[in-house]
Amino acid sequence: MLQDHAKLMKVFSCAGEIVGRKKLQKMIYIAKKLHFPFYEKYNFHFFGPYSEELTLRVEELENNGFLSEVKEKKGGYVQYRYTLSEEGREFLNHFQVDMPFLEGCIKNMNEQSSRFLELVSTVLYFEDLPKEQVQEKVFTLKSKQNYSEEEIAQAHQYIATLRNQTITMARSV
Amino acid sequence: MATYKDEQLHEEKVFKDPVHRYVHVRDKLIWDLIGTAEFQRLRRIRQLGTTFFTFHGAEHSRFNHSLGVYEIIRRIIEIFQGREHWDNSERLLCLAAALLHDVGHGPFSHSFEKVFRLDHEEWTRAIITGDTEINAVLKRVSDDFPKKVAEVIAKTYENKLVVSMISSQIDADRMDYLQRDAFYTGVSYGHFDMERILRVMRPTEDQVVIKKSGMHAVEDYIMSRYQMYWQVYFHPVTRSAEVILTKILHRAKKLYKEGYQFAIEPKHFYSLFNGNVSLKDYLALDESVMLFFFQNWMHEKDDILKDLCTRFMNRNLFKYIEFNPNSSYLQLMELMKLFTEAGIDTNYYLEVDSSSDLPYDFYRPGEEGERIPIYLLMPNGELRELSRESEIVESISGKKRTDHKLYYPQDFVDSLPEGDIKKKIKEILQG
Repeated sequence: MLQDHAKLMKVFSCAGEIVGRKKLQKMIYIAKKLHFPFYEKYNFHFFGPYSEELTLRVEELENNGFLSEVKEKKGGYVQYRYTLSEEGREFLNHFQVDMPFLEGCIKNMNEQSSRFLELVSTVLYFEDLPKEQVQEKVFTLKSKQNYSEEEIAQAHQYIATLRNQTITMARSV
Repeated sequence: MATYKDEQLHEEKVFKDPVHRYVHVRDKLIWDLIGTAEFQRLRRIRQLGTTFFTFHGAEHSRFNHSLGVYEIIRRIIEIFQGREHWDNSERLLCLAAALLHDVGHGPFSHSFEKVFRLDHEEWTRAIITGDTEINAVLKRVSDDFPKKVAEVIAKTYENKLVVSMISSQIDADRMDYLQRDAFYTGVSYGHFDMERILRVMRPTEDQVVIKKSGMHAVEDYIMSRYQMYWQVYFHPVTRSAEVILTKILHRAKKLYKEGYQFAIEPKHFYSLFNGNVSLKDYLALDESVMLFFFQNWMHEKDDILKDLCTRFMNRNLFKYIEFNPNSSYLQLMELMKLFTEAGIDTNYYLEVDSSSDLPYDFYRPGEEGERIPIYLLMPNGELRELSRESEIVESISGKKRTDHKLYYPQDFVDSLPEGDIKKKIKEILQG
């Protein structure tokens, strides 16, 4: 019961602070694709993979006082900052959330820009396609983001690094 | 001679429909798709899952809804004819995608997907691109047509306008299900002036937008969506039936994994239990099959499976109380301990259900890279997000309303012997 909420709280606990809803969406999607047991359902939207279920779950955590959400106006747009509250930490103490390699992965992703994570998650969304077709999809569906070939190559490299790290950590146990 | 994609029926076919009055079919492709086994299977999958336990009229199927979405898209295309940004060569693709957008739904699909970790959108893609009658029909248009239809439904098609007609915050899918669900449940909330909305829809490069003069009709649609969410989709009694359904599937899977001998072998479920479902297995499942097994499992030796199925079939549902995970979490742990001491298995007889478990949503103004919001086309050609112009929409989209409920079998609690355990359980449940 409430296991999926607890897993998300674990993410905030590992990250310290997550700035931006888009970033959060992409971090969970990427973690899911790395086989961490997140079960929020994702669809492809204008800004890449997006989960309404995740948005609602985060709202629940905030409404229940487990998560602090700070809204900031940044020039022409709005941005949200998330941190786990004291009550959230206390709640999490009652849960056995067994994802030993999550912390490194979350910290790593949290250091990336949301623009880059949007690209990484889009590449992962189409990972069953050959690389050239993935690139074509990025150029077509993300035309407004103007990603370069070099950035796409970096995204592939980043995915490989994250996967290797997770596998290495798993083997070292 | 006309190619298949241009082939028209000699006479237009019509389906009588309680929501749109008539669904009109003229394209041979659409007629053939409706006749496929995979599309006909949708007659055996209810649109609203377990809602019929609460609103007895809600027996309508995904078949009705799919035809309705097709009809709305057909009407939108008529309105878009000749307008800038609308490419009429996409017409058949739009119609086919509208008709097939839900073809991958499984029986009682929400619980079913949750328990077996499936995604109906992936199955929709598999049905359209795999070895099926639907694929064979679509391929008659062109070899890459099935792929294109699948991409539109998956929202990864290059023409974003086409995608947004079928899937956006004001799309044919939602406009059909809100009206249809309102009609069949008998509630008065889901009504709005769709004809007006269709008349003020305008195509742009990336999406459908609404002329400012149509804002009030859209406000009505947003209110309907909000009301239906809380009054119908998240109805606590429906959720109780969903909880029991989920528990039945978990229990049956657990028994199978432990080598339990069912009186009638549930062969339809084996690949689901084993996590290796083929397209053929998936298509063989519908709600008739599921209810057949539930009916049989009412007589199984396993007490839990037997009880849960009897509850589901006879509508003896769990009761619920409001639950706040923050202030009541320690009480929940105490309750779990007491249930266990009383011999009630908390894996099957205690559940917290949250609003995030629901596959429906309400309008969001699309802050920070969420879904694209609804845009109004202002008289000066500028696009403005709906909630910035409409106070009504702003007032409901700014509120974050969430909900959790705790479900439990009241009859089990009542039948416990008098004593400390029963007293403590009742104290917690009665607050």
